Order: sequence, then structure tokens, then C-alpha cells
Amino acid sequence: MAERMGFFTDTSICIGCKACEVACKEWNDVPDDGFVFRATSYDNTGALGADTWRHVAFIEQDGRWLMSSDVCKHCTHAACLDVCPTGALFRTEFDTVVVQSDVCNGCGYCVPACPYGVIDRRERDGRAWKCTLCYDRLRGGLEPACAKACPTDSIRFGPLDELRARAAERVERLHADGVTEARLYGESPDNGVGGTGAFFLLLDEPETYGLPPDPVVTTRDLPAMWRWAGGAALALAAGVAACFLRRT
Amino acid sequence: MPKRRDEMVPDAGFRSYYGQPVIKAPVWHEPHMPVYLYLGGMSGAASMIAAMARVTGHDRLALAARMAAAAGAGVGSVFLITELGRPERFLNMLRLFKPSSPMSVGSWTLAAHGGLTAIGAASAVTGVLPAIGDAATAASAVTGPVMAAYTAVLLADTAVPAWHEAMRELPFLFTGSALASAGAALMLTTPRTAAGPARAVAVAGAAAETAAGMLMARRLGLAGEPYRLGRAGRLMRASRMLTLGGGLLATMAGRSRALTALSGLAITAGALCTRFGVLEAGRASAADPKYTVVPQRRRVAAGDLASVPGRCRPATKP
Repeated sequence: MAERMGFFTDTSICIGCKACEVACKEWNDVPDDGFVFRATSYDNTGALGADTWRHVAFIEQDGRWLMSSDVCKHCTHAACLDVCPTGALFRTEFDTVVVQSDVCNGCGYCVPACPYGVIDRRERDGRAWKCTLCYDRLRGGLEPACAKACPTDSIRFGPLDELRARAAERVERLHADGVTEARLYGESPDNGVGGTGAFFLLLDEPETYGLPPDPVVTTRDLPAMWRWAGGAALALAAGVAACFLRRT
Repeated sequence: MPKRRDEMVPDAGFRSYYGQPVIKAPVWHEPHMPVYLYLGGMSGAASMIAAMARVTGHDRLALAARMAAAAGAGVGSVFLITELGRPERFLNMLRLFKPSSPMSVGSWTLAAHGGLTAIGAASAVTGVLPAIGDAATAASAVTGPVMAAYTAVLLADTAVPAWHEAMRELPFLFTGSALASAGAALMLTTPRTAAGPARAVAVAGAAAETAAGMLMARRLGLAGEPYRLGRAGRLMRASRMLTLGGGLLATMAGRSRALTALSGLAITAGALCTRFGVLEAGRASAADPKYTVVPQRRRVAAGDLASVPGRCRPATKP
């Protein structure tokens, strides 16, 4: 098994150029996501989706302008992969999560399962799509297109262990420089998704960037759900039996 | 975010990215998904009724129940397949059996249940191989309750707060609704003198559906708000009135055809409203970032962060 590979997106040095969005679209042949002026910010893609696999968020605040390139988190415990009924979603040798478009039948279950709102169904095509962490480039020994194109190295690609060490150093450095609001997001293997393969350095609360502050993989609670459903199924059977026995 | 006057939980002052949703709303369409939920539940409960009716000698009711169970599973499957983004690939559902996916478990359950109920109905109509037909109907008493309950797990096993947080009550709401649906369908398709148990099932189902819905609304707090507001709220309220009214009428529906028709139609409409309302509440719950962010922010503030205990790293596929 190859090492687990991932992204460390350091938003403190993102300049909002959207080169990642463009490189991703070109390499992966992702169709356009509409040409809409949202009139809220410099953001013109809005959110991650079937046709947006890198999304640069812009948040204007007093005295500063936050920019952050969002992407699929490639969770350790990935809800999309857990709930996929066809096996179209699978875990690669790089510990990333990828949809096999020749298997996906467009059931749409992965879409509401993702705690980050990443994966989506492309309606004109019927299948689910999201970031593959450039699986084809990785197999060819190349780094993902977005990381390659990033002019400031805000998007770093590499073995996850190295990225985590590097990120911890970076936070320490920023804190020493007085940027006390710098914090890592998603890197902890103890979080509700077992740690993400793509994690971030943020300068504000996650929800400011449209990220959930404490996401959970929904399948964590699946045994409890089946227990309650089992109780309900037995109650149904008992209820029907009672209705007949009362009358015979 | 604009504040709502009827908000039940005090505004926790959360932040968001321009009010945009954090999670994606379910992409499932109307009427496909909610109608499948109704038909699958009705079929599941009807197969249980068919098996009990056969054992207790209610042969006229057993025939109608077998027909309803087969029709519900058959027509429901069509709705489910046309709901897919790639209907021509529906057989991929049976590519593997995956216990971590309620949709995989459901697909196999539906395949088994659909087959069994079709055999039961075909045998009852043609009179061919009655022993096989009886055996199939008896077996569908096992797949039936699973059919009626699994759809609750299907919805709860998502990041949608209104569904996930309702994991305890949704199964009872859905099996109650399934009982009411099947009871109503059989009241409408069986001569009154033979439909006594069907009326009893309808009453019990309506009571269970109403009780589960009320418990759910009481326990959920903020996560349950989407069931009370907007279109979902109107559907859930309509469901409550139709189900309660129809259930009460069912207690006296043995007296006349008109009462039977009124009761059966009201319960059926109520069950449909429940299914449409639950889907709509899920959409509303996903659309407003409040429902995702506020509970998670509370956990962060309390230092009670989510974790996944006891689950090791998944193996890598070679």
C-alpha cells in the first residue's frame, strides 16, 4: 500500500487567484458551473459541487480579506463511500476517495450523506462527481493539478504525515508572529470523520468559510439506527398479529 | 440570516458563508421518492397482513393483501428506478451487498420482497402451485416489516439534521404509516364483511403514526423545526389531521361503504402527506445552515467534540 496522500491548504497565503479552480477544470474536463454573478463577493462558483471540485471562498472583513480554496476532504471515515450501494465510490491505494463513473448509477445517496456538502449529482449526466485528488496524475507520479498550479503554494500536496508536521510548524510560526487566530481544521484523527486527507489552516471559525465546525460521519450511528428500525419492524409484525388474533 | 418570529429555539448567533447551506440537500425528486416510500411501506405491511390472513382463514382479505403487496412492490420499484440518475444501470444496485449502505440493504430487501409478493399474488390469482404461493407469502412476512422500516434508516443515515436526529422516531413513524396505508388500501379493496382486521390495522397504524410524529416533534428541538415550518409544516399538519380523522372513521367504517371510502382515502392521503412532508423537511433542514452549524457549534463550545470511537481505519482496496 502506498502512503496516504493528501492536501494541506494554508489559507493564510491564498491570494484568491482561482488558478486551482481553472487547473482542476482543465485537467479533469469538468464542465462549466454556470456564469452567475452572485453579488455577495468575489466568489463566482459559490460552493463545491458536481462541476466545481475546487472552490475559492472570499470573505471580506474589517481590515482583511479571507480567501480559501475548498476541496473534498477525503475523510478517513467517508460517509459517501459508506452509503454508496453500488461500490462506485472506493478507497484508492493513496487512501483517497474516488467515484468510478462507469459504475455510478446516480442513486444520489452520497449527496446528503456528506457532512461537508461536497459531492453532488450532475443532473444532465445523472451521476455523482467530486474531486478525485487527481487519481490519474497520482498514478503517473504527478501532483494534483490544483496544487501544481497554485502560485503561492497555499495548496500543498504530499504524504499526509509530512503535511501534518509541516502544518503544525506553520501554525506555531503564525502564532509566534502574532496571528493567534490561525488554527488547523480537519487534521485531527480523533475528529468525527477520523481525520481528513485534505485539511486546512484557517484564520477564522470554520463556519465563516462555509465549513461545518464539528462534522460527524453519519454511519457512526448506523448500528443504533438499525436497532430502532428493528424495534419498529417487530412492532409492525406484532401489531398486525394482534389485529388478527383479537378477531379470530 | 433572517430571523423567524415562530422560531422555537433562541437564536444561537451562528455565522455562515453568506447564508449558504453547509450540506447538500437531497437530490431525490418528487413524486418518485415519497411515492416509493409510501408504496414500499404499504407493500411491506400488506404482505404481513396477507400472511396473517392466510393463517387465520381470512381468505378474501388474504387475496387482496397479496395483490396489494405485489402491486406496491412492483410499482414502487418503477418509481425507484426512474428516480436514478442512470436508470439503465439499476442492476448495479445488486453488484454487491454492502451492510454499511442502507440503500444496498434496501435494494436486496426490495428484490427479495418483490419476488416473493409477485409469486404469492400470481399463485393466488391463477390457482397454480398454491403451496409455493403460501410459502412465498409466509416468507414475505419477514421481508415486509423490513421493507416498511428500512426507509427510515435510509433517511436517518445522512448528514441532514432533521433526518439524522430523528433516527429513533422515524422508523415508528414509517412503520405506523405503512400499517395505516395497508389497512386503508385493504379496506378499500375488500368487501366490508371481510375487512374487519384491515380496519383494525388501519386504526392501529394511524394511532402509531400520530404518536410517533408527536414524539418526534417534542424531542427534536431545533432539528425538528423544519417539520413545523413552510411547506413541510403544512404537509405534516395535513398528514396529522387526515391520519387522525381517517383513523377515527375507520373504527366505525364497517357500517357503510361511504364511511369506508372516506376513511380509507383520508388515511391514504395522510400517509402520502407524511412521506412528502418528511422529504420536504429534509430539504429545508439542509438548505438552512443554521440546522447544521448551531448544534455543532454548541458541541465545540461545550468541549464535547464528535469522535468515532471503536472504528479503525478502513482497509485500502488493492
